[in-house]
Amino acid sequence: MIENLLADVSLIVPEVIVSVTLLLIVLFDLIFNKDKSLIPYIGVVGIFLALYFAIQNIGVNTHAFIVSSGNQNYGLLALDSFGSYFRIIILIASILIVFFAKASSEIQQLKERSGEFYALLFGMILGMLFMVSASDLIMLYLSVELLSLSSYVLAGFTKLRDRDTEASLKYLVYGAASSGIMLFGISIIYGLTGNTNLFIINDVFRSVSVNVLAYSFSIILIFAGIGFKISAVPFHFWTPDVYEGAPISITAFLSVASKAAGFALLVRFVKSTFLLNESDGSWILLNGFDWQTFLIIISILTMTLGNFAALWQDNIKRMLAYSSIAHAGYMLLGLAVLSDQGLLAIMVYFLVYIIMNLGAFYIVMLIANRIGSEDIKDYNRLGYASPFLGVALTIFLISLTGLPPTAGFIAKLYLFLALIDAKMIFVAVIAVLNSVVSLYYYIRILKHMFISESETEVEKFKISMNEIVFILILLVPTLLFGIYFSPMVDFAQSCLSIIGN
Amino acid sequence: MNGFPLLSLITFLPVIGMIIILFMPGKMAKEIKITSLVITFLQIILAVILLGNFNYSAGGIYEESSFQFLEKFRWIEITGLSWIGTVKVDYFLGVDGISTPMILLTAIISFIAVISSWSITKSVKGFFALFLLLDTGMMGVFVSLDFFLFYVFWELMLLPMYFLIGIWGGPRKEYAAIKFFIYTLLGSVFMLLVMIALYFSASETLANGTSAFTFNLLTLMDPTNYTVDGILSPLNPNNYRFIAYIALFIGFAIKIPMFPFHTWLPDAHVEAPTPISVILAGVLLKMGTYGILRISYPIFPEITQELAYYIALFGVINIIYGALVALAQKDFKKMIAYSSVSHMGYVLLGMASLSTTGITGAIFQMFNHGTITAMLFLIVGVIYDRAHTREINAFGGLANKMPVYTFFVTIAFFAAIGLPSLSGFISEALVFVGAFGVQEIRVLTMIGTLGILLGAAYMLWTLQRIFFGEFNDKWKDVLHDITFREYAMLVPLTIIIIFLGIYPSAMLDVMNSSVNTLVEFISKNAEIIRISGM
Repeated sequence: MIENLLADVSLIVPEVIVSVTLLLIVLFDLIFNKDKSLIPYIGVVGIFLALYFAIQNIGVNTHAFIVSSGNQNYGLLALDSFGSYFRIIILIASILIVFFAKASSEIQQLKERSGEFYALLFGMILGMLFMVSASDLIMLYLSVELLSLSSYVLAGFTKLRDRDTEASLKYLVYGAASSGIMLFGISIIYGLTGNTNLFIINDVFRSVSVNVLAYSFSIILIFAGIGFKISAVPFHFWTPDVYEGAPISITAFLSVASKAAGFALLVRFVKSTFLLNESDGSWILLNGFDWQTFLIIISILTMTLGNFAALWQDNIKRMLAYSSIAHAGYMLLGLAVLSDQGLLAIMVYFLVYIIMNLGAFYIVMLIANRIGSEDIKDYNRLGYASPFLGVALTIFLISLTGLPPTAGFIAKLYLFLALIDAKMIFVAVIAVLNSVVSLYYYIRILKHMFISESETEVEKFKISMNEIVFILILLVPTLLFGIYFSPMVDFAQSCLSIIGN
Repeated sequence: MNGFPLLSLITFLPVIGMIIILFMPGKMAKEIKITSLVITFLQIILAVILLGNFNYSAGGIYEESSFQFLEKFRWIEITGLSWIGTVKVDYFLGVDGISTPMILLTAIISFIAVISSWSITKSVKGFFALFLLLDTGMMGVFVSLDFFLFYVFWELMLLPMYFLIGIWGGPRKEYAAIKFFIYTLLGSVFMLLVMIALYFSASETLANGTSAFTFNLLTLMDPTNYTVDGILSPLNPNNYRFIAYIALFIGFAIKIPMFPFHTWLPDAHVEAPTPISVILAGVLLKMGTYGILRISYPIFPEITQELAYYIALFGVINIIYGALVALAQKDFKKMIAYSSVSHMGYVLLGMASLSTTGITGAIFQMFNHGTITAMLFLIVGVIYDRAHTREINAFGGLANKMPVYTFFVTIAFFAAIGLPSLSGFISEALVFVGAFGVQEIRVLTMIGTLGILLGAAYMLWTLQRIFFGEFNDKWKDVLHDITFREYAMLVPLTIIIIFLGIYPSAMLDVMNSSVNTLVEFISKNAEIIRISGM
């Protein structure tokens, strides 16, 4: 038993390292009361180590923490290449976020609380890492809660303004409600099948016919919980307020990593629980609940609402919040295709999305550090205050729109390839029209930065070398992957396998 | 010339220039301008070298071996999973008789536009960097033979143009820039959808015997390359070829701009600075008709034949509508902008005839309209620089005050009207002869000829109001005759217009064999597709 446990622990080394780092941070925070400037570096070292082991784990395909008896070897976690891919994405995003937070004046003002900040941040990371491989409803619920509890606190971390507290409270209330609903769904599924393991549930659904109403109802309830994490309409209400109120580094983190974890969870949940069989890369799901139609409706609503709401925003963080809702909609379409090609599109999309979205947020933060405002109207002529920031933000926004020759275009291209290959032409047309709408609000920022007149003379910004390096780290792949994207796609393609029955 | 990457050089030379400019301090305005001038001049030299080595008998269109200055290598290749096969995109450049005139036109117009940009004083560095990026996008569109590459270049033009209008434009620049942007983007997303659908419908056999989906335009033109169940495959009885054709056509029509998608054009022109108007009218509008000839026609020949009547109909609407609206304009530049709409209608009409004469006329008209309209916009720029108004009625009697200017204006106006011995005459005549020869569109063609009459009316009326009559004393001190720089812009264009009016074969010979190939190819392939009951 113990040997089994040890063998299983060796499969989750990245998670273990993150937990150890979390503890180290807490200890360090207690011991070195005065100087806390080392904490972020401890964190970065921890994440790099975790990243190293996550990369080593690619190719592993096994179940861990096996709980059931008999000849079924399904466990709490399913470790596979797909999970490793998302772990890597989350860890990369985490490294970037640590540097991001280090550059953020909001967080730097609260230096004495940085132990608290990074401990909570690592709580989030740990939750996300478990989310991507959870294959048991209990594990799924616990990992989501671990992520949520840390993020509720971080959303209101600065406590400087009312809106921070409002954001945190709103997040908590919505989050608690949605995870309650999810738990209710889980309990119904348990009642129907007598088990919490996704694979065993799948076996039961294959062999026993269940009440369709209860079955569909439980699915929708569970989706409410996951939909909350990925801010899919109609579970998105918290997103704009929280994104606006939270410290910008946390907003950025929520918009990329937390969403990636939620997506990985959703994909695994759908595929493991409801797969009937796979042929030629397309997934045939169990009868009883029409996942495809359901996902198509949700995703069309999500991207349309996200894009149209973004049109009217005056606060750039709010605008980026709606834009991230819209992006979640595009990515849901990748799942709605229900094929490996759709999955590949999601994976490529996330890799690109993390780079370009963090880039946009980072520049927004640098500008907020200097002008103390996130109002789009205050962006007038900022392109001339620092042409470098202006051009870099332009490229990130172009990439978010999905125009060539940027990585965002490649992400959209793969998505549309998947849609059209599945003959979902009508949906593809809606998605494309949505991108046109999105262009309008992205271009609006460029208009303010370069074209609109400003009453006050803009001062030149000074940009430090660190900031330039950080931007270049994000900018170069955004352009490079737009021209030469095969390595990125090859990598995603090599990580497609999701462990099944 | 084998092995020398002439087309890559001509395409990416401006990007090299852009990088040089980005490293120059912004204060060196003059040096930046000279750099741009040198780059665009080198581009002309390369274009002339291209023409000098051009094989007039090679057809191009669908046959890789008869394209010239070919450059082809695998840009992106993903040997993927079983069901998707291989994703491959070629860096595939080549020219034939349809693209060569456009390359010449782009090189000439870019050079002239740089001279015209000499008066730019606001953020010179940004202006020329964007300008050169735009130049690369334009060249790239005309040399690409891979749909993916074509699309990348097509989109590459979008942003520089937006900023060039938006930053250096007139009072309503923000509105005009965003309108241009949204219209163009809407067109290109239609194109994107069709591109992806085509990709999944046809496959190419690779060297190792396996087949792969492809963006290669030449492969897409051959009906035998389509898979049986591809959504745009002629073999598939439930195919979407008709819808795809319309979508692609709208994508291109927005650029032309074809009625009713033309409303961005007057705004963009009126607000854009003179050099950008010149580029817009001179080159960008040709991308639409070029795209139809290069992509829509050969890939969807049967639908082209089916819809030829409607293309002609819209062409005639463009001719008449553009001319009527031009007649009503009070703003000189807006008048020219609408005359562009009218003149692009001739191109559509010529193309719709699907005859050698008509299509030759259409391509020649694209070239001529490029040079003539560029000249007209420069002329507007000359007067606007001095008087800071473009109100036609604000002027009068300029003929005495600015005789040399009046001379150039008269040449340009007469060329636009289509006076014999000037280039516009030849192309319009060819268009009408070609279109008249086709039974179905004969009536439309007859209506279209009214456009010439209307064209003469608005041009001559404008000429009369600005140059004859009483001189407005308000302009006594500001209106002086043209300067050396303006000579440098107007003289080359005048020479081209007169030369091609007298000796049109210089250009017609270039396109002749390609147009013949295209016409034969369309009728042959339309027949093949129809016979196989597809």
